[in-house]
Amino acid sequence: MTKAVGLLIALFALWLALSGYFKPFLLTLGILSCLFTVFIAARMKLLDEEAVPLQLRLSLLLYWGWLGREVFKSAVAVSKVILARQMPISQQLIAIPCTQKTEMGHVIFANSITLTPGTVTVEAGGGRFLVHALTEGFAAPEGFAEMDKRVTAVEVR
Amino acid sequence: MDMSTIDLLRDIASGIAFAAGAVFLLIGTFGLIRLPDVWSRLHAAGIVDTVGAELMLVGMMIQAGFTQATVKLLLISLFLFITSPTATHAVANAAFIAGIRPVRLRRNEAAEVIGETAKKAAKS
Repeated sequence: MTKAVGLLIALFALWLALSGYFKPFLLTLGILSCLFTVFIAARMKLLDEEAVPLQLRLSLLLYWGWLGREVFKSAVAVSKVILARQMPISQQLIAIPCTQKTEMGHVIFANSITLTPGTVTVEAGGGRFLVHALTEGFAAPEGFAEMDKRVTAVEVR
Repeated sequence: MDMSTIDLLRDIASGIAFAAGAVFLLIGTFGLIRLPDVWSRLHAAGIVDTVGAELMLVGMMIQAGFTQATVKLLLISLFLFITSPTATHAVANAAFIAGIRPVRLRRNEAAEVIGETAKKAAKS
């Protein structure tokens, strides 16, 4: 029920943001279409914590800010590698342990690693991620441990 | 501070964002051509679709100001934030499964992850 209401509010906020209409007739139509969508989603049993991730902490927004800075820093580092006369690449496939409990936590951590230039998550298994790193510097375990800790902190309320 | 000063500051700020975004897009494209294989080229593509595209969107947001267009641009950047690493992962995973390995690989701990997946699959 909480998830249905959460989805309804999110859908209607999206409807308002994208349409920009505030006439009563159109608002009614918008609410009706959102209600219908929530009804169909409930009928298809889609209202789980994957579709409506209300279990995530609000500090996820702060985490995104931190992640944005990390992404910028490593983008500059990868740019330096690309522009160097002798491109100093030494490719690595490394196993990174992850401490998240939920599937959503794993997805956030794996996507964060991929989003950061210089590292790409390739495969997951046995509580570890296989990560491809462009150079030795991107493969430092401290950076991954820091990100892992932050993701684990936001995954469950 | 009158309106024209604010407009000037806004133009300068968005100009900086556009210029920085364009530099990252150029470097990313350059890397895409220059790097040796599919694995290293993924990282160059990563620069293009994270920092390059996001900086361009930030520049557009500064130009649009507090309007509905900014909300839409924010939504675009949010979706890009989630979908671009998913696509990158799909390409990397496909290359891995197809048996393509990075050139001049220095360290390979693939067995630590795959071995346990294989064991788990055998158990279930």
